[in-house]
Amino acid sequence: MSPDLATAAHHVRAATSESRFARLSLIAAALAFVALFLLLPLAAVFTEALRKGPAEFLSALGDAETFSAIRLTLIVAAIAVPLNLVFGVAAAWAIAKFEFIGKAFLTTLIDLPFSVSPVISGLVFVLLFGSHSLIGPWLQSHGIQILFAVPGLVLATVFVTFPFVARELIPLMQEQGTSDEEAALSLGASGWQTFWHVTLPNIKWGLLYGVLLCNARAMGEFGAVSVVSGHIRGQTNTMPLQVEILYNEYNFVAAFAVATLLALLALVTLVLKTALELRYSAEIAASRRH
Amino acid sequence: MEVRVQNIRKEFGRFPALDDVSLNIRSGELIALLGPSGSGKTTLLRLVAGLESPTDGTIFFGDEDASQKTVQERNIGFVFQHYALFRHMTVLDNVAFGLKVRPANRRPPAADIRKRALDLIDLVQLSGLEKRYPAQLSGGQRQRVALARAMAVEPNVLLLDEPFGALDAQVRKELRRWLREIHDRTGHTTIFVTHDQEEALELADRVVVMSKGTIEQVGTPDEIYDHPVSPFVYGFIGQSNALAVTLANGEIWFEDRPIGLRAPTEPDGPATLYFRPHDIELIDGCGGCLAGLVTASRRVAGTRHLELDLGRNHPHAEIELPPERTTTQDRARVAFRPTKWKLFRDEKAGNEVPSADVEAEAPVQPFELARTGT
Amino acid sequence: MRGELDLREHGHNRRWRFRQPSVLPGFGLALGVTLFWLVLIILIPLSGLIWRSSGLGWSQFMTLALDTRTLNALRISFGTAFVAAIVNLIFGVILAWVLVRYRFPGKRVIDAMVDLPFALPTAVAGIALATLYAPNGWIGALLAPLGIKIAFTPVGIVIALIFVGLPFVVRTVQPIMEEIDKEVEEAAATLGASRFQTIRRVLLPGLLPAGLTGFALAFARGVGEYGSVIFIAGNLPYVSEIAPLLIVIRLEEFNYPAATAIAAVMLVISFAMLLVINSIQAWSRRRYVYVA
Repeated sequence: MSPDLATAAHHVRAATSESRFARLSLIAAALAFVALFLLLPLAAVFTEALRKGPAEFLSALGDAETFSAIRLTLIVAAIAVPLNLVFGVAAAWAIAKFEFIGKAFLTTLIDLPFSVSPVISGLVFVLLFGSHSLIGPWLQSHGIQILFAVPGLVLATVFVTFPFVARELIPLMQEQGTSDEEAALSLGASGWQTFWHVTLPNIKWGLLYGVLLCNARAMGEFGAVSVVSGHIRGQTNTMPLQVEILYNEYNFVAAFAVATLLALLALVTLVLKTALELRYSAEIAASRRH
Repeated sequence: MEVRVQNIRKEFGRFPALDDVSLNIRSGELIALLGPSGSGKTTLLRLVAGLESPTDGTIFFGDEDASQKTVQERNIGFVFQHYALFRHMTVLDNVAFGLKVRPANRRPPAADIRKRALDLIDLVQLSGLEKRYPAQLSGGQRQRVALARAMAVEPNVLLLDEPFGALDAQVRKELRRWLREIHDRTGHTTIFVTHDQEEALELADRVVVMSKGTIEQVGTPDEIYDHPVSPFVYGFIGQSNALAVTLANGEIWFEDRPIGLRAPTEPDGPATLYFRPHDIELIDGCGGCLAGLVTASRRVAGTRHLELDLGRNHPHAEIELPPERTTTQDRARVAFRPTKWKLFRDEKAGNEVPSADVEAEAPVQPFELARTGT
Repeated sequence: MRGELDLREHGHNRRWRFRQPSVLPGFGLALGVTLFWLVLIILIPLSGLIWRSSGLGWSQFMTLALDTRTLNALRISFGTAFVAAIVNLIFGVILAWVLVRYRFPGKRVIDAMVDLPFALPTAVAGIALATLYAPNGWIGALLAPLGIKIAFTPVGIVIALIFVGLPFVVRTVQPIMEEIDKEVEEAAATLGASRFQTIRRVLLPGLLPAGLTGFALAFARGVGEYGSVIFIAGNLPYVSEIAPLLIVIRLEEFNYPAATAIAAVMLVISFAMLLVINSIQAWSRRRYVYVA
């Protein structure tokens, strides 16, 4: 076969790629999977919310109970996220910058809430503070209400979102090592100065990610909060719980209306995360590669 | 297996990595592709392998046109700079891989595969390590496994891409020697790419000097070193000095004086004179010489290296002399004349002036293969 | 600082030390805060659970744990989680492959969307999926004529758990795939391996640890999932009732012992999964990391 020089190059496929057919099939399969399991449910949320038209959608959001659910969600998140932020930074500092016995065990403990069912996360607080527990009667007699009230919601949310910031920061700070901090100290900086001017700027992207995810989970937590909340309408219902109540009452448009807000929150989280990654990927890689 | 590269052109986007390259490689020879980065040597190697396709041109393995074949069909052996061993397989499995993936009609029985792999592991002197994983081997050992793996398939041609580049200097030297032994034993046609000229000149039967996508010269190490055909080769191989000179009436002039060298067949005009630091003789007095002030003097192994200032507009020249023939005074004036030299008219390779190598009356200094860096 | 004291007092002694000396300050403070928070939020509540369940006495515990309805709920939870994790393993690898190696329009959007199950509240996912697969939903309506029912059956649970576990395999496998050395693929090709052989024998085995880790994570997540499941499941006891729901039901009945027992069983299995995940990672690190 005499080679046609001009086209010879194009007949031979590169050594490390699949046939066109295989490639297209794989892409099609992946896209179908994503469309079916991710895009369709998301589309359903918005469609169902607007099924009876925008007017119905807006009035559902303006409902008093819904409004207090939104407010409660924001309050709980506003308490839980900063607390876990401080914890995450402290834990990452201790674990990433020092060597001590039991470090691995500590890291595993921090990861616990991740591997525990949300229902169990709520259950443990019921067992701790419920009327049948040790502390329960004491709390009751002093008029302190934890379960079926906001403190319980906060506790359950803190438990569930506990690891998010730490998990993001620990590997990041471990990769960065201690050389920057040691340099600052050798130049005479105090501990806090070092932390503020050297460590924090290095970890700011990891911190932001962690906070984003922590917040998304804090606002969207359902199982744990459901167990401790008592479902008292207008008082101890966060947005996810409100969604459940409305749905079980067959008030679908209202349920999906509230769900839309949560879905929008999720989308904003994703967009922010991606935007951060895109704009600062070089910086992130550099700070990781320290 | 003979390999013929014919008028190969390779473009990446608009950038021509190789421009009209042709080369004949004899069966069983060990040939080096030598050049700086960007010269196209690795691209050429990968084209022979089939890991890239040429934009134009053909490659023949023996009488068959290999350009139409996929890399799997060409039956070559490739050794990468960073070993590319299969991390999750033992040494034995790595070496046996090429035989195990053969289609059923060409695959030897399992016992034969195992035996052949063990024989090769023995050949590369890694017996006893069959069950180890790559993570448990040193760099030199990994590269030997890579070579055994490549040889297991009885390749038409063995291709090595800077095989020792990732290794320590000492290991590199040992493996160089060892590679030559293996080649002599097995007789595979072998092409290897390197930017280290010492390696190329020491190992190869022939050397292909490349620059900017073209071949500057092909020859034995002696030919390349002693008779470079272009300024690039002269400058790239070994050490050299390049001086701007002028020709007048067949006499070579430097600045305002003749240097005592003649090129009778040459037309008048400017040219560049190339000579190696050790191809010079000292002259007392100056009835036609190159003269300069010593600006630095270093003792390197068995010779003395002098750096000379030849004048404001010229780069410093380096010459080498046996230690007893020099003075060590700074600012001493030294007069010398090249005994072996070459004139190039135009900086483009291929436009060389007919050879003006002149054997001088003074005895030529013993050949010294100077160390160059990089 | 404490560390320096150690050095000065015991510098030349090889004695047991809690932590290596370091010039960095703040260890005490950081560890203190960490432990305080950890104990308060995690350990006390969890030990409360353990204490409560041990207070049941062994025989009562076993009776509650082995109650038929409980066993069925556990069976359904673990069974559906397993199937969903397998599906996620297969499609997760495909998705990661496609995202890492190919270019196509909308790739970046898809890549970002993979994290949706992490960011979307489970209740929202729950009602959306329930609406989709109900007999009059977009998909449910398509399948009803074929006699296929998804909502209110275990299949519905599997669907929900696929959604929930989708990112785990993809995100665990993606970084490994990005690091695949092209030269290794080329090496396999030069040795005569077809593309399929290269993928099967060279690339996939390298992905195994990450794949297993992702599988275990998706499985563990699926077992404990509540919010996205209860709307689509139908929650029929013995048929489509998951273990977390049973816990909630027992709580509403004020049957604390039963709730505690089920939770304890689930915890034990969760911890076992954590151990499995960690040992896979340790094993793979030993095998595949080059020693300097």
